[in-house]
Amino acid sequence: MFNRLPFHTQRKIIIVGFVAIPLLLLLTFAYYPALELIRLSFTDWDGMSPDKSWIGWDNYKEVFSNPEIFGVFKHNFAYFVVGIIQNILAIYFAIILNSKLRGKNFFRLLLFLPYILNGVAVAYLFGYVFDTTNGSLNTFLGTLGFDSLSQTSWLGSEGFVNYTLASIGLWRFMGFNMVIYLAALQSIPSDLYEAASIDGANGWQQFVYITLPNIYKIIELNLFLTVTGALEVFDLPFVLTNGGPAGASETFVMKIISTAFQFNNYGLASAMSVVLLLFVVVVLSIQRFLLNRGGN
Amino acid sequence: MKLKSNLWNGIKYISLLLAVFTVVFPPYIIIVNAFKTKEEFQNKTTFSLPDSFLNFANFAKAFEQANMLRAFGNTLFILALTLVLSILLGAAFCYAVGRFEFRFKNLIVGLFLFATIIPSVTTQVVNYKTIKGIPLVDAYNMLGPILLYVGADIMMIYIFLQFIRNIPYELDESAMLEGASLFKIFRSIIFPLLAPATATIVILKTISIYNDMFIPMLYLPKQEHIVVSTSLMRFFGVNSGDWQMVSSAILIIMIPTAVMYLLLQKYIFAGVTTGAVK
Repeated sequence: MFNRLPFHTQRKIIIVGFVAIPLLLLLTFAYYPALELIRLSFTDWDGMSPDKSWIGWDNYKEVFSNPEIFGVFKHNFAYFVVGIIQNILAIYFAIILNSKLRGKNFFRLLLFLPYILNGVAVAYLFGYVFDTTNGSLNTFLGTLGFDSLSQTSWLGSEGFVNYTLASIGLWRFMGFNMVIYLAALQSIPSDLYEAASIDGANGWQQFVYITLPNIYKIIELNLFLTVTGALEVFDLPFVLTNGGPAGASETFVMKIISTAFQFNNYGLASAMSVVLLLFVVVVLSIQRFLLNRGGN
Repeated sequence: MKLKSNLWNGIKYISLLLAVFTVVFPPYIIIVNAFKTKEEFQNKTTFSLPDSFLNFANFAKAFEQANMLRAFGNTLFILALTLVLSILLGAAFCYAVGRFEFRFKNLIVGLFLFATIIPSVTTQVVNYKTIKGIPLVDAYNMLGPILLYVGADIMMIYIFLQFIRNIPYELDESAMLEGASLFKIFRSIIFPLLAPATATIVILKTISIYNDMFIPMLYLPKQEHIVVSTSLMRFFGVNSGDWQMVSSAILIIMIPTAVMYLLLQKYIFAGVTTGAVK
């Protein structure tokens, strides 16, 4: 039947038929909610009642003036700091694995392993590592002779609970970043290095003048993932500390979720979501701007 | 010069060993403790080996108490349906986009690309209402997560598009001359040739769905709909502090993706790097 039709008719059917459903799903679950969030952010909707009233910029004023909402970004900052360290380590290990080395594939396999493990399982795994009395980290520190350190309540201290949590993120994602950097390094033609060493450039100079410029785009990509990842942290603190102690590890996304689904304040939650979305767009634009300037 | 390169070699290996230790240390603790009895756990140090690596009592108890049979069943069901639907839709979409020119094509591809920057956690505030509003989905709860997982997956589209562009167009042309319809060309030529890309996508998607906690937690709150991640959360809620029990539950959850990774690493690395580097 179908093959009797002229090709241009077939073409039309294929294009419409094959594109329609994915496009519909994309619009329904990505763009419609994004636009709807903007609309809801100007209302006081509670998520259930059919009527919602327009309250102008009130929700946004609340987001920026209430320290309990905007101040939560302080907690996200720890993830950003650790994320930068994570990228530096990832580049370092990528360079090592890109050099002459025995057991390269074994090391790559092992360092990437945490990335594919179940996130909830990883969270509890570290719940055990950081446990104050039975935890393996404190036992380990005790064995090494650091008696005072071995009493530390890693997840119970308001001062550094976020750094503890962020370090779990480093454990999980460093290998992922490393594999991406490694692929980028491998695509740099080796004659560049040969030419450089003939000209007398040492290892560090080669790194600064050949390696870095060639992986600039990948660094940008990884940094974007790091920053947005830091802004959007949710599952680790949710599973492991549930925001505690005393809200010290609550992240912005956790706040959005509880505002919407626990306190039924969809209007405010929407405004918070829009703010988060804007932050992501701003980060992306700044990076674009810096990259383009660097390119010139 | 020689001394310097020896020094650099030393630093290389020492830092790698440190990294390996850091990666292996937490799982090691879980593995040795998962096999300990309660008395062993209380009397021995955390690092010590269990009396026997054949003591599967904790595993049996955890498997039963966490209702893991159901959890694995549900996860498998969601996975199977999601994979079939998204592979078919994704491959077809990329065939249309990769082979034909049409109006708004660039706009549509651009929409898919741009969507990656919308934080999916935040859109759930609205998606939750949308999903609850579809009558069929409301009746069969597990369709909700499936629908969300099938929707926009930019990584999949990227990998498929990359792949389709490398399949020579002459294949299509000669099939057309022999009278094959465009649909037949997709079904019998393009789709089979996409197999390596499909394999990569199946593996990466399996890992990401298996590891997801956010969507099941939000959309599948009922006990009968638990998946692996949420079953572990429930189990921990009841057994927290009993680390030998928790350890065995963690291991049961971790093993499937770890085994998959060891067997299929080639596809995983290929997927991660094409998705990101290109």
